[in-house]
This record gives sequence, C-alpha cells and structure tokens, in this order.
Amino acid sequence: MISVDTNNINVILATDCGSTTTKAILIEKIDGHYRQTFRGEAPTTVEEPAADVTMGVVNAVTEVGELANRRLIDDNGNIIRPATDGEGCDIYISTSSAGGGLQMMVAGVVREMTAASAKRAALGAGAIVMDVIASNDKRLPHEQIQRIRELRPDMILISGGTDGGTTTHVVKIAELVAPAKPQPRFGGEYRMPVIYAGNQDAAPLVERTFDDSIDLSVVPNLRPVLERENLGPARDRIHDLFLEHVMAHAPGYEKLMEWTDAPIMPTPGAVGNILQTIAEQQNINAVGVDIGGATTDVFSVFDKTFNRTVSANLGMSYSISNVCAEATMPTILQWVHLEMDERELRNRVKNKMIRPTTIPQTLEALIFEQAVAREALRLAYIQHKEFATTLQGVQQQRTVGDTFSQQTGGQTIVDNMALDLLVASGGVLSHAPRMQQTAAMLIDAFEPEGITTLAKDSIFMMPHLGVLAQVHKQAALEVFEKDCLIYLGTCVAPRGQGKPGKPCFQFSLEGDGINEQGNITVGDLRCIPFASGVRAKLRVEPARGFDMGAGPGTAVEREVKGGEVGVVLDGRGRPLQLPENREQCRKSIEQWVQALGLYPD
Amino acid sequence: MAHAYTPGLKVSNRMRYRCRRILPIPGDVLVETGTTVEAQQVVAQTFMPGDITPLNMANLLSLPPADVVECMLKQEGDTVEVGDALARTKGIFGFFKSEYRSKVAGTIESISGVTGQLIIRGEPLPIQVLAYLAGEVVEVLPNEGVSIEADVSYIQGIFGIGGETYGRIRMACGGHTEELTQNLITDDMQGAIVIGGARMSAGAVRKAIDVGVSAIVSGGMDDQDLRDILGYDLGVAITGSEQVGLTLVITEGFGEIAMAERTFQLFSEREGDDAAVSGATQIRAGVMRPEIVIPLSESERQQIKEGEHSDGLLEIGTPIRVIRDPHFGLIGEVAALPTQPVDLESESKARVLEVKSEAGQTFVVARANVEIIGS
Repeated sequence: MISVDTNNINVILATDCGSTTTKAILIEKIDGHYRQTFRGEAPTTVEEPAADVTMGVVNAVTEVGELANRRLIDDNGNIIRPATDGEGCDIYISTSSAGGGLQMMVAGVVREMTAASAKRAALGAGAIVMDVIASNDKRLPHEQIQRIRELRPDMILISGGTDGGTTTHVVKIAELVAPAKPQPRFGGEYRMPVIYAGNQDAAPLVERTFDDSIDLSVVPNLRPVLERENLGPARDRIHDLFLEHVMAHAPGYEKLMEWTDAPIMPTPGAVGNILQTIAEQQNINAVGVDIGGATTDVFSVFDKTFNRTVSANLGMSYSISNVCAEATMPTILQWVHLEMDERELRNRVKNKMIRPTTIPQTLEALIFEQAVAREALRLAYIQHKEFATTLQGVQQQRTVGDTFSQQTGGQTIVDNMALDLLVASGGVLSHAPRMQQTAAMLIDAFEPEGITTLAKDSIFMMPHLGVLAQVHKQAALEVFEKDCLIYLGTCVAPRGQGKPGKPCFQFSLEGDGINEQGNITVGDLRCIPFASGVRAKLRVEPARGFDMGAGPGTAVEREVKGGEVGVVLDGRGRPLQLPENREQCRKSIEQWVQALGLYPD
Repeated sequence: MAHAYTPGLKVSNRMRYRCRRILPIPGDVLVETGTTVEAQQVVAQTFMPGDITPLNMANLLSLPPADVVECMLKQEGDTVEVGDALARTKGIFGFFKSEYRSKVAGTIESISGVTGQLIIRGEPLPIQVLAYLAGEVVEVLPNEGVSIEADVSYIQGIFGIGGETYGRIRMACGGHTEELTQNLITDDMQGAIVIGGARMSAGAVRKAIDVGVSAIVSGGMDDQDLRDILGYDLGVAITGSEQVGLTLVITEGFGEIAMAERTFQLFSEREGDDAAVSGATQIRAGVMRPEIVIPLSESERQQIKEGEHSDGLLEIGTPIRVIRDPHFGLIGEVAALPTQPVDLESESKARVLEVKSEAGQTFVVARANVEIIGS
C-alpha cells in the first residue's frame, strides 16, 4: 500500500468485484468538490476460461475510461497512475465478494451468548458464517466433529467464557476443533487460520490443544463480561487474515492486491462502515439492504447498535432457485398481477441460476424477478430480526413496576416503527428501471411502519465509498451526500389491521408548492408526487385500531422529505396480509401496481 | 470500443487437456512421470484419519477432570478394542472401583486433564484417486497427486448432477433436436454414456437408471423432472455428490432446448470411444462445470486437427447463443456491437448487440444474455 497525500488527489478509481458483476466508478474533484462522474461494469471473471479477477476489473475500468474519455489502462493492462490530463487516476481501491466472499465457521460455549457474539463479530467483518458450533447446539460431540470435518471454511473463530471465568468449557470446544483438522477451502498449501477470542485465562490451554497444522492467533476476549461485547479486535484480525490468506489464494487476487492503494475489503464490511457513519452523523435508526447474486446482506443501526446478517442462500442469481424453494412458487406468484406458467417459470429460474449474469429483457421477466426479490428481501429481514437482539445472559434488575412488562434478554432490537431511514442497494433494487419499483419492493418486503424515509444507493456505490472512507474520508462523505443516495420519498403506514374499505387514516401535507389532504381507507395505496429536496409538514391521524407510533388513534406530525417517488400513503395495514384467494390477490396487486405506476401499460 | 468479454462453454474436437488429480490429504503417489495410465487406474492413495469418538471420562466415571489422567489404564497412542477397559477409579479404600470399557475400537489420540475428555480415533479410512483421464503422467506432486495430459475431444456442459463415471459414447437420438424419450433407452446401453438431442424426459432417465447407464448427456431437461429425480428442489447449484444411479449432464439449459448442432456432431464422430464424465457443477466459489472428456486414439490424433479457440472476446462474426428469453436458445453470430446503452422492453438500459440467426433474421439482445459458443 502506498502512502496517500489526500491534498493531491483529483481522480479516484474504485471497483467492487461482486460474485456476478465487477462495478467500477470514477470520482473526480470538480470545482473543489469530489463528485462521482462515470461508472462501468463487466462480468466478474473468476470463472474459466479467464479465472483471473483482474480481467473483469480491466473490462469494467475500460468501460469507465471510454465513457469518461480518459485512458485508465495502459498497453500492458495495468492501471495508469498518477493522473495527468486525460489519463490515469491518483488512487485505486477495491472491495470484493467474488469467489464466495469470506466463509467462516464460528464456535462458542453457549449458543445464545458467546457463540452469538462470535457470529456477530464474523458477520460484522463481512463474512458468511457457515455454521455455529456450541456446547448446547443440540448436536453430540461426534456430530459436531463430523460437521467441522465436512466444512471447508476460510478461517475459524473460537470464543467462550468471560475473562477470569471457568476455562473448561472453552478448552473443550478447542478440543473438538483440533482433532477434526478442518481443511481450508483453497487447498492444503496453507495452514488453517484459527482466531481465539475467548477467556484469556484459557488461552495457553487452547494454544496447547492445537498442533502446527493450525495458524492460531489469540486476540482479546470478544465477551470479556456478559454485559459487554468487544468485537473490534476479533474483527480486525479477521480482516487481516482475509487479506493474508483468503484473498491471496483466489484467482487473480494477488495481482489485484498489488494494484490497490488500500487493503481490499470484503464488500459487506465496506457497506456496513458507511451505513454506521450515516446513522451516527444524523442520529437516526437506519436499515440498509444489499441484495446480490448469491447473498442478501441486511445492516441495521438501532439506538447506535450495529448489526449485520448475511442470508447466505438468498440472492437473485446463484441463489434464485433457493429463494423459490424456500418461499415457494405460489407465494412468489402472489406478487405478480399477470398470469404466468409455473413450469416455464421454474425452468427460467434454473436457467438464471446456471447463467447468473443474464438480465431481464422482457417486461414479464422483470415483473417476475421483482416478485422473487420481494420474497428474498422478506426472508432476509426475518432472519435479521431474529439475529439482531439484545445481549442474552445479562442479569436484569427488576422492580415491582416491571411486573407486567418483563422482558428477557434476546429480544429483537429491530423496530419498524422506530425506523427512520431504509436504504436499498444491490442490482435488482438499484437497477430497477423505475424508482417506484424500488420503493414498492422495499415497502412490500420490509413493511416499514409509521413514517419512514426511503432511499436507494444510486448505482451501488456504498461498497466503494466504505473502503474510500478508509483512505480519504472527506471524499467519501462528499460523494455519499451528493451522488450516492437517491431519496425515493417517504412511506406512511400505520400499524394495525381492518376491513377493506373502512377508514385507515386521515392526512394533510403542507409545504412549498404542496397542499394535499385526504382519507385513506383500508387496502388503499396512494402516491403523492413530491419533488426531491422539498420539505413539507405531514400530519397523520390514524383511525381507531391503527397506530402511527404515538399510540392507537393518536395523530402524529412530522416534517418529511420529498423524493423521486414522493409520499406513499399505505393503508394496507401492518402486518401486511395479501388476500388468500388468487383472483382477489391478483386484482389487489393490479390496483397497487396502477396506484404507484410501477410498470408500463 | 473495447472488446467485450463474455464467458462461454468449451466445446472442442481436439485440445490438449490437463487435469490435476490430488489427494485431499498427503499420501502415496503410485505412478511416475511419463507413465501412461488408464482412466480407472489408481494413481494415488492415502488413509484419512478415522472418525473421532469423544468420551467425557470425568462424567462417565464421576471424577474431577484433573484425576482422569491418573485413572487411565490406556495412554495416548495406545490401540484399544471394543470391550477394553480404558480407565478405572481408585475406589474407596480399594473397594467400589468403577471401570469404563470402550464401545469403539481405535487409537487414543488425547487425554485432557483440563476437561477430562478422551478422544479415540477410529481406523483410518482409505482414499483412492483414479486417473480419470487416460493419458500420460506429466507431473508428480510428491505426496499429493499427479497431473495427467492427453489429446482429447472436450465438451463442457452447463449443469450436471452425479460424480465421475466412465463408459462408451452411445448416440440415442437421430438428431440434435430430437427429444430423449424412454423408448430410445435400450437394454444394451448398460455402462454407456448415452447422448440425447434436445430435452431428456424423466421417463428416459428412470429407464436409464434401471438399465444401468453410466451417464446421460442431452441438450436440456425440465426443472420439474430434475426435482422428481432428486427428490428435492435444488436450491444452490453445488452438485457432484448426488447418488441417483447415474450422472446427468445438460449442455444448453433447462426447458425444451436442443443440443447445439456442433456439439451433437462432435459426439456422433466420437461414438464408440471411451470417455470420462463428471457431473460436478459449482457455479459459486471455484466455478466448476460438468464435462465429457474423450481421449483421442493414436489414429484419431493423426486425423483430427486442433480447432481454433476463441479467447472470450465478442467481435463481429463471433458465433453466439442467446441464453435468456426472448429468443432463448437462438444460435447465430454477432452482427453489430453498438456502444451506447439501449432501452429494453423491460425499460432497463443495457448494452446490446445485434445477432444474426442461422435463418438470416436479425435480433437485438442484451449483451449479458449471450454466450460465445465453440470457444
């Protein structure tokens, strides 16, 4: 990595090597401000015949160069640096999730406590967690050992015990891992990296358990006391090992690592970085989603607590068939207002799975893919809610006043009513031809309650900005504010259910050039166009049995932002339930499609 | 304009093929550089550490973990048989001793004084690696395996299930557009690699399993049929370990799609030759496609010249196949490569190309929706 003088940086080139597509963007300093100017993409080339990730990078960068009229690649296929008039860039950075990303196995003593913390550390670092081994995971020791032998993770994280506590249980976990001799995914040439982040008193005993076939690193305990997590050191070590071991063994990465001016980050790690920064700066609760070809990542920040989950087999290309298997085809077809042949669709889904880089060319194909996306997102969000919980095992002091509101540890901290900002990214959301389509997919899948701002990552730039923030924070934040987020608008949806046609809520919207009032009945969906950058005062008075966050039937007032779509008034109720009868359901969907202007007639 | 790169499947009448046959853990290599090997010859073997049985002796004998070591009758490295006494408590004044007898055979790998846990490892499990490719050993990786090379006809499929298998190429269909139906599978196809034309029916696959066919290769199949054969809906395309009774490979995709004529022609020319087939497909991480490898005989090597290989670049005249609707399965050549993105019917903006079909018609297709054929 070269040292970077941030004052002399005028042209920044960034790539994100996804499992399907490699995306390149160009950021240029214009009139003293950093702006994202051009983008290009090309299929990722980890597959034969290329089997070299840099080939896809060169193709994507070449496309950017053509559009920008700037030569970025020299005759030898290398990136030209530093920038001069009409040629090259000052720094080049990259993220990656190609080749399956970072795959880890984690182990802890108690599944709900140290093992859950270890899983959070691995996920926060951008990994896919293949399995969680714990003393109480309901498997017998020989079954656990067999499972460890079958897995071929890139690395293993072991945790367990609080500092100064009993050492026996965590040593026992190490004794399960050691004889299993797990094989690394990229062949037997390198030693399996194992990170120990448990009770520090047990560290010497754990060290003795492993032989030379394991590359053991000991880092501070990730749960030093039950009341507190300390995930930072374990995450940092995961990042280091990711670069040292995993990246170095993926096809072409050695070359890519030489090219970049900052360490390559796992894509989800970079997206998490930037989302945390926004939530912190604006003091809000935010949820971000990145739906890719193989996986769907959900990030959330509620009350300053960051969580990330990866739904390993929910995605729109490699994993599309799994989404259909998990959600079932009839559930997906609920979201489709056209008649489609199920047998034909099944074949199309499998064809997308085996040829993941294709895109929907017909309208029918687009409608079906967006229906699949709704279910993938819905399933991923359910998994996220189950995972993003308060710490378990923490002793709680209760008073008489808590008698009727006793809450145990392990409750989800995801509260759709408290959600302020919902950000969409990933191909199917970012590249949807109409903004309304992105908004509708978000609303249908996440079911935001109360008043929620919707935004999308304009051209899937968040990973690039996440890694750029490491090198040049000012550039990353400037581009994020000006070019990255596109505000779609605001969703207004009370919690509660009622009979179709009955009153749901009254609203009034007053602001610059806008003055709208009206009633929304149960089952209605309405969109009021409301330009981006404009602010207005929104008052919503829910009907009896409906709640906007202030209690059933209590009115709320809030200043809201406009956006490309406007204000979406959603009277369909929460939780959202579609009519069970297929014909009725088709009619409702058709009505909502027209209300939002989702597709051409 | 820069060259656009588009992946494609390899189909070659003659090419030098090299495969690495590696043991999962170090072991013995049984052949030397320069040796000519047969496809089903064992080239390397080893023993994988046996299964593990953990026994918590502290719990089993109601002892503090620290006392387990001194109560052991067998030590680390000792071999134990079923029924052997492993540990005995000291009892009270020499009486009331309790004993634990092993329920498994193996070797004691470790005894932990911290947890009181004993690890017994079972008999080593033998692992053999076959040559897979009939050819010459060109490299020996000591303790790991070998690289084998041969001149072969090579066909890469798009998707398969089942592991490696061997047999003779046997044509079942009269043309590349003919469906492979049950009546085309005959009893004398036992042990053969049966080549169909278009879609293979579920009936044909079932009959082939009954007959004992080694593998079926055809243009396409229905997802519903695949689900019936596997007994579950395949979620992620990571295959190769299925045990359905034979290996299946499709060369084009799912649905009613004919095998590319060139591929079918190549199989016809190689009919009767021995071949190796692998159905293993991994579309994520490490990308692996199913394949049919047909080593060439000395006389075939004299006759067949190596075809030209494309390097994955899309240019005017490049032969391509459309891999998504509309026009799924259409074969033609690139007629134009406009640089600027175009609005598709779905309203998406994408880079496109014009493809001229074999019938002479021209269609506009998204670049992402084609693959190069005959690379």
